Amino acid sequence: MDITLRVDGEQHVVTVDTRTTLLDALRDRLGNYSAKKGCDHGQCGSCTVLVDDRRVTSCLSLAVAQEGKDVVTAAGLSENGLHPLQQAFIDTDAFQCGYCTPGQVCSAVGTIDEARAGAPSLVTEDPGAEIALTDEEIRERMSGNLCRCAAYPNIVAAIRQVVDSAGDEAEGAER
Amino acid sequence: MRPFRYERPTDTDSAVAFLQEHAGARPLAGGTNLIDLMKLGVATPDVVVDVSRLPLDSVDRSGDGGVRIGTNVRNADLAAHPLIRADYPVLSRALLSAASPQLRNLATTGGNLLQRTRCVYFQDVTTPCNKREPGTGCSAIGGYTRYHAVFGHSSDCIATHPSDMAVALAVLDATVIVVGPGGERRIPVTRFHRLPGDQPQRDTVLESDELVVAVELPPPVRGAVATYRKVRDRASFAFAIVSVAAHLSVDDGVVTDARIACGGVAHAPWRATRAEETLTGRAATAASFAEAADAELAAAEPVDGTEFKVPLLRRTMIAVLRDLTAGSTSGRAGAAGQEDAR
Repeated sequence: MDITLRVDGEQHVVTVDTRTTLLDALRDRLGNYSAKKGCDHGQCGSCTVLVDDRRVTSCLSLAVAQEGKDVVTAAGLSENGLHPLQQAFIDTDAFQCGYCTPGQVCSAVGTIDEARAGAPSLVTEDPGAEIALTDEEIRERMSGNLCRCAAYPNIVAAIRQVVDSAGDEAEGAER
Repeated sequence: MRPFRYERPTDTDSAVAFLQEHAGARPLAGGTNLIDLMKLGVATPDVVVDVSRLPLDSVDRSGDGGVRIGTNVRNADLAAHPLIRADYPVLSRALLSAASPQLRNLATTGGNLLQRTRCVYFQDVTTPCNKREPGTGCSAIGGYTRYHAVFGHSSDCIATHPSDMAVALAVLDATVIVVGPGGERRIPVTRFHRLPGDQPQRDTVLESDELVVAVELPPPVRGAVATYRKVRDRASFAFAIVSVAAHLSVDDGVVTDARIACGGVAHAPWRATRAEETLTGRAATAASFAEAADAELAAAEPVDGTEFKVPLLRRTMIAVLRDLTAGSTSGRAGAAGQEDAR
């Protein structure tokens, strides 16, 4: 069947089988190889994309169910130069093979957005207070993204860098 | 994956009609479990009825002071909802103990209740499984049983229900609202999931043409404390080996009401009624907590490979009761925090 998918700001009419996942539609129909197929069962996070600004596993989402939604892949984050998180991953050496990185970056965007919106995690000490993205919070909130190269410490550092610089800017604006 | 027809009805009645007309139809919400099972060949629906856009996605205060949760409320949104965090933090905590953030962004309230067991044999179509294919046998008996039952299992099935959310709902005395061709039906969540008996293919009492539309919570119990503690093989993003939700009212050092439910140990969230009865009316002391846990675990029937869960569940239950009554405020992963349910 023909469906319209909005991906990284562009509308595409694509012919898909009802069985086609969003991940397969991105890669095999649209040639967008940003989201990666790791486990294909929702366990590794390498297929993570943003749908209507929420991070989701594209391997467990049917393409036909995405009509009218706004899909953003890691490639779509860098259309006007690198996204601050992408730059931070480079700065802190937050990957080796890079296979999981697009999913990690999309998930990191979700981590920062969700915390900013006040969504608690299991390790949030005081759910009533403004959420501080401590390293422990970052690790818990990024637990859906596996990295077989085990770049975890530097992934935390990359997110930390963006969180801290956003905090500095906010402080600067207050002065 | 087997080919299927995709339908996206715009109202509940049309969705129910699709389920009624097609015996092989299955409702699709977040997809985190159903799509996976379809890839594995475990679920083979002829028609997939996408109910995820039905307007059943709000959390509302009900007339009696409780809360009604629409079936399509995502697990992440429910965990973060101000009403849930303020009045039912045990539910928020159980939800946040489950899966990963990107899965919680997809998974829904109704879908969470209806998720299937993660028994490796159920998920592997090359092995016999009475739940997947009635009458073929149980490969888990004598097999890999780390996630399997110690209560309420049968010679046909030793699988467990994997939900964290449902364990919290069990101590909150929640009600599942379902709609079928005959109208609405209200089912206490503690009776929604079945024990396997000789029909392990049936996880719940839901009929194939019924749709879960909401979960209702009674008003929060004034002065009660409740929490959820999950024991798992890694610090995050893993299913429970055992888990305990407890909801206690303590007056002047005496337990006046105790509700305790266990996850990872039965085909349904396991209400520990023996422990509850033992504890009610007793002083909130380490000795009575141990006695309550022992009363429950005296009824345990571990299978080959789940014997370790008996002492593990005992310790976890005692620790949860102790933490709830000690006024600890820890909210760290793996530790039970006291959470006032007002």
